[in-house]
Amino acid sequence: MIAIPSRHRSLALLGVFLAAQVFLLAVQIRNPRGHLLRAWSISLISPLGRAGSWGVTHVRGAWSQYFALRGAQRQNEELRREVGDLRLRVQQLEVRAADADRLAALLQFRDAHKETPMLAARVIGAGVDPASQIIYIDRGSRDGVRRSMGIITTDGVVGKAVEVFRDASQVLLITDKESGIGAMLADSRVQSPAGGTGEPLLVLKYLDNDIKVQVGARVVTSGMDRIFPPEIPVGTVAEVKPGNPFQQIRVKPAAHLDRLEGVFVLLTLQPLETQSEPPANPQPSGAPGAGSPAVSSPPKTLPVPGHD
Amino acid sequence: MIDTVEIRSPGETHIEVHKFYSGAISAVVVLALVVQTLLPVYFRRVELLELPLLVTIYFGISRRNPSSGLLLGMIIGLLQDSLSHKPLGLNGIAKTIVGYLASSVGGRIDTEHPVSRFAFTAALMAVQQCVIVLIRRLLLAQPERFFSLHFVAAMGVNALAAVALFALLDRLRKPS
Repeated sequence: MIAIPSRHRSLALLGVFLAAQVFLLAVQIRNPRGHLLRAWSISLISPLGRAGSWGVTHVRGAWSQYFALRGAQRQNEELRREVGDLRLRVQQLEVRAADADRLAALLQFRDAHKETPMLAARVIGAGVDPASQIIYIDRGSRDGVRRSMGIITTDGVVGKAVEVFRDASQVLLITDKESGIGAMLADSRVQSPAGGTGEPLLVLKYLDNDIKVQVGARVVTSGMDRIFPPEIPVGTVAEVKPGNPFQQIRVKPAAHLDRLEGVFVLLTLQPLETQSEPPANPQPSGAPGAGSPAVSSPPKTLPVPGHD
Repeated sequence: MIDTVEIRSPGETHIEVHKFYSGAISAVVVLALVVQTLLPVYFRRVELLELPLLVTIYFGISRRNPSSGLLLGMIIGLLQDSLSHKPLGLNGIAKTIVGYLASSVGGRIDTEHPVSRFAFTAALMAVQQCVIVLIRRLLLAQPERFFSLHFVAAMGVNALAAVALFALLDRLRKPS
C-alpha cells in the first residue's frame, strides 16, 4: 500500500470534501427541496434555541424587573417620606384648626359675657396624683389671677384657682372631693351647693326629698359662692335617688373636664350683686362640702392684682 | 468529535499542539450555533458577528491538524447552512477551506498574540468571503460583490471579537 504523507493526505481530504460539497450543491440546484441534514440540524438546535430563548427572556425580564423594582423602591421611599411629611402637616393644620375653633368659641363666649371680666388661659398640665383632680393653666399672678378665682369654659364651670404662681396657676376641678360650688336647678330655681366626689359626676347636696328633680334637668351656678356669676352651666342631672335626709342627685358636669385646653379665669374684681343678699338656702353647719372655700369662705372683697 | 490530536509534522522539530477537555469542542460548536441563532433576535447589530467562523478558526489554529481542521470546518459550515436558507455546502465549502488554512498556517505563525489573532481572523474572513462569492458566482449564478462596507465592518467586529473569544476559549485547553 502506498504511504501518503500527512500533508498530502490532508490535501487529499480537502479535495474530497470540497468535491463532495460541490456535488451536494449541484444536487440542490436540480432539486432545491428540503434536505435531511436540515431536519437533523434543526431538530438538534431548536430545543437548545428554545431553551436559550426562554432563558434570555427570563433573564431580560428579571433584569428589567430588578431595575424597575430598584426604581420602585426608591420611589416608594420618596413617597413614604412625602406621606409622612404630609401627615405631619395635616396634624399641625388640624391642631391649628382646633385651636382656631376653640379660640373662636372662647371669643364668642367672652363677647356674650362682657360684664364679667375674664382672662383666657391655656391648660398646660394636669396633676400627677390621680386622687386630686387639678390642672395647671398658663396664667398667674402677673396676669391678675388670684386664689379662689373661678375657672370656666364655654361649656360650663371647671373649678377654681387654688394656688397662684407668677406665671401659672393650679386649678382644682369641680369634681375633686374638696370642691364645692353654689348651684341651682335652672328650671325650679332651687338652690343647693354642688360638690365633687372624686368621680366624674358631681352631687347636688341638701335637696329635700319633696323637691321634684328630673333626670336631665339643667344645673347652673347660683352666684351665691361669690366666685361664679349666676347662670353659668354646671351640668345636667344624671341620676336621682331618694335619700335620708336628702335626695342623692348626681350631676354630669357641663364642661368637658377630661379634655380641657382653653379656659377662662373670672377676674371678679368687685363683689357680686348677690354678695349682700342672704343665702336663699342656708347650709347646715358641719355639712360635707361646707368647708370648701368656694362655698363657705368666699372672699369678701377681691384682692388687688399684684398683691396676692 | 475528536478532542485530542497527535503531533505529526515530520518536517518540523516542534509544534505545540493544544488539547481540550473532553466534549469541549462539541459543546462550543453547538453553543456557538445556538447563540448565533438567538442573538440576532434580541440584538440586531449582532448579526455582524459570525461565531461559527471564529470557532472554526480557533480550533484550527489551536489543534494545528489540517485534517481535523477541515473536517471540523466542514461540519460547522454544513450545520450553519442547514440552519439557514442558504444551499447546503455554501458555508460548508468556505469553512472547510478556512479550517484547513487555519490549522495549516496556525502551525507556522504565532497565533497566541492578540494582534496576530486579530489579523489572522480578518484575513481568514476575507478568504471565506471570497470563497462564498466565487461559489455564488460560479455555481449558483448569484452575482455578488466581493467586498462591501458591511463586510469591512463585519470583518473588524469579528476580528475584535476573536481576540476576546479566543482568550476565553483558551481556558478550555488542557494544561500542557
